[in-house]
Amino acid sequence: MKSNKHRRIWLYILSCFLMALFLSPLYIALTNSFKTPKGIFMNVMSLPSGKFFSLKNYKEAFIQLDFIRSFTNSFLITVSSTILIIILASMAAWMLVRTRSKISTAIFTFFAVAMLIPFQSVMLPLINIMGKIGFLNPCGLVFMYVGFGASLSIILFHGFIKSIPRELEEAAIIDGCNTFQVFWYVVFPMLKPTAVTVAILNIMWIWNDFLLPQLVINKPEWHTIPLKMFFFFGQYSKKWHLALAGLVIAMIPIVAFYIFAQKYIIKGITDGSIK
Amino acid sequence: MRNRRLWYVLFIAPILVAFLAVVIIPALIGIYYSFTDWNGIVNEAKWIGIDNYLEIFTNREEFFNAFMFTAKITAVLVVTINLAGFGLALLVTRGLKFSNFLRSAFFVPNLIGGLILGFVWQFIFTKAFEFIGSKLGWEFMQGWLSTTTTGFWGLVILMTWQLSGYMMVIYIAALQNIPESLNEAAAIDGAGSFQRLRYITVPLIAPAVTVGLFLTLSNSFKLFDQNFALTAGGPYHSTQMLALNIYSTAFTFNKLGTAQAKAVLFFITVALITLTQMYYSKQREVEM
Repeated sequence: MKSNKHRRIWLYILSCFLMALFLSPLYIALTNSFKTPKGIFMNVMSLPSGKFFSLKNYKEAFIQLDFIRSFTNSFLITVSSTILIIILASMAAWMLVRTRSKISTAIFTFFAVAMLIPFQSVMLPLINIMGKIGFLNPCGLVFMYVGFGASLSIILFHGFIKSIPRELEEAAIIDGCNTFQVFWYVVFPMLKPTAVTVAILNIMWIWNDFLLPQLVINKPEWHTIPLKMFFFFGQYSKKWHLALAGLVIAMIPIVAFYIFAQKYIIKGITDGSIK
Repeated sequence: MRNRRLWYVLFIAPILVAFLAVVIIPALIGIYYSFTDWNGIVNEAKWIGIDNYLEIFTNREEFFNAFMFTAKITAVLVVTINLAGFGLALLVTRGLKFSNFLRSAFFVPNLIGGLILGFVWQFIFTKAFEFIGSKLGWEFMQGWLSTTTTGFWGLVILMTWQLSGYMMVIYIAALQNIPESLNEAAAIDGAGSFQRLRYITVPLIAPAVTVGLFLTLSNSFKLFDQNFALTAGGPYHSTQMLALNIYSTAFTFNKLGTAQAKAVLFFITVALITLTQMYYSKQREVEM
């Protein structure tokens, strides 16, 4: 029994050490973001204090990042893409499951196989085409996210819909619902657990995505947070006090989201990986 | 009957159109472009046969280096991320008092975008490491990211730090599926904790290991953001991975045709890796 207790103490010590190790990069970024340039130069590991303490970094970074606007852009793009993906992918997946035919199997396989294609393999022609049809703007970006998000979301919905019984839908048809009503009032509400998973996976991907917006969006007023951060960092990479304040600001929304939706995020990751 | 067909089209067409326009058509056009002298400036792309591919293989230094760097770092990351993730999962399922808090701490790096994390670690390596190294007189902590070796290990540290929490979540789910009674029975039979780990835990979480291995494999192989933000391929392109190499061929050198040929080769490699993955997971499912 004694050795067991010892072991527990060691486990606690190990846990604390690892936790400190994991959080230290973020801690160092956070503490230095409150320092003056001289404060960073003098001692990276100290806490910001006295004449080396500064809140100005945040004010400046907030303005330079045009944070309210870039946050709004990120938010609108992420939310509208995710909602569209959830609705359109679940509609398609439901139809594919409930209509048993060679075409359905072919379309589903098509979506699944396309997951093999890495983004870099399609990005150059994609931008070329989208430029020609005038899609290099936020609406076009949402359209592209729907296209790229289709495969995984359809696979997840497809797997779940297969497991739910048909009887309810048949009853609704007898009651005189048309196909859309059956889907929207009977099926869609049952898909909630998978919809949450799909939402989490897409939100985390789209919110943090950098390369696609960088290729698609060419007007500063449309910049998303990662994109703004990229230009901001290019400008201030030698001014770490500002760069770090900007980085901390850019991290806040998603960390806040995690605190709010922790349970769903963990579930989403687990469900998403198994498929 | 006609009606049903109409509904079928109405339900599937919207997302199928987006998918075709964004993924399939560009992929097909991309294959065509890889055989042309497309440069993005002149609209007409002239057919030049396999010249782009020949150029990649004759002038191979740079692409070959990127490939080797990618292969090496992927091999290292598959091991480090999965070992760390498994270790963390074991630690947080021991019923310690603040397990939930621990999980969050280990998972947090996953939430943040690769670009932002790359910049944060650039500060850690070039400023914090430098400072600690000079204070303690440890030379190995100085000058990080200025050489190929430190650029390589810098990226390994960043990616392991970021992704082991993700693998931890997957391994936790697998560990929680192991019936408690199995471990208890083995303990009564006199199995030590290492034996239980070796003969009960590891075999039972094998499916999760397959998932973990291939997730890290394909994610590491396709890595872009962190590579771009941490070293941008420097010094002298020596820490450039494949995705970044394609990007810079296209946007720094405007050789879109060559970049697209590289992109096609990249696709073939990624597809081979993923198909091998599916083959093995299918086989394992059959065994079970």
